[in-house]
Amino acid sequence: MTAQSITPAPVRKTVRVNANAARAFDVFANNINRWWPSSHTILKAPLKETVIEPFVKGRWYQIGEDGSQCDTGHVMAWEPPHRLLLAWQINADWQFDPNLITEVEVKFIAEGERTTRVELEHRHLERMGAKADVARASVDSPNGWGAILEAYRQVAEAGRGT
Amino acid sequence: MAYANALAALADPTRRRVFEELRAGPKPVGEIARVLPVSRPAVSQHLKVLKGAGLVREEQQGTRHVYSIDPKGLGAIRRWLDQFWDEALTRFAAEVERDAKEESDES
Repeated sequence: MTAQSITPAPVRKTVRVNANAARAFDVFANNINRWWPSSHTILKAPLKETVIEPFVKGRWYQIGEDGSQCDTGHVMAWEPPHRLLLAWQINADWQFDPNLITEVEVKFIAEGERTTRVELEHRHLERMGAKADVARASVDSPNGWGAILEAYRQVAEAGRGT
Repeated sequence: MAYANALAALADPTRRRVFEELRAGPKPVGEIARVLPVSRPAVSQHLKVLKGAGLVREEQQGTRHVYSIDPKGLGAIRRWLDQFWDEALTRFAAEVERDAKEESDES
């Protein structure tokens, strides 16, 4: 038994979109900047752009309005139009951690000519526990998860924005 | 906050091992200590922290204290991500709709 065998159930989500798989993949991966909530960043500066480089080992990162950058993770599998596998490397301290890999797998399953079922699974969440020494402090701080989620919710509820 | 507590509790490698020992089923302290390179009092201490974080439950069985994983504790770890992806995917779906609409408007 290894240290990584604690297994909280993965987060699984399904959403149906009125588009073929190729377009759904394109919006998700190539245009993540158009839907990723701008409030959701670990940059200190306001978020300008979210980028996924379109190849295996490509960076998944964010650029702030001041030009600063931070990584979210990287591409583990780039298989348009069916599958995208991302490494989410933000730990519970709200820091990029190159040694942490939690996986976000996104599958694009055609259900018709213009309907695609998008299945997302975020797994290996237990690995976040390994680097969570100051989790309590960061989560409870004004800039912790609670505040980020709240800001996020407001943006989401306000609609897509500009 | 339950999520933060759970993560902080699992940050210690030995404590994670203790926690993992319970994956196979409920166990008393002695049984856990036997398979780990730490003392029984140390195991007890780790269990206490895990219990405080809501990750494990303690149950008295006769003279023994038996520990088991509390599924609600793990649920707390997932909660914010669950919420996050819900909302992110809603935005994603809206963007696909908008994208498709623009396309059909253009054609």
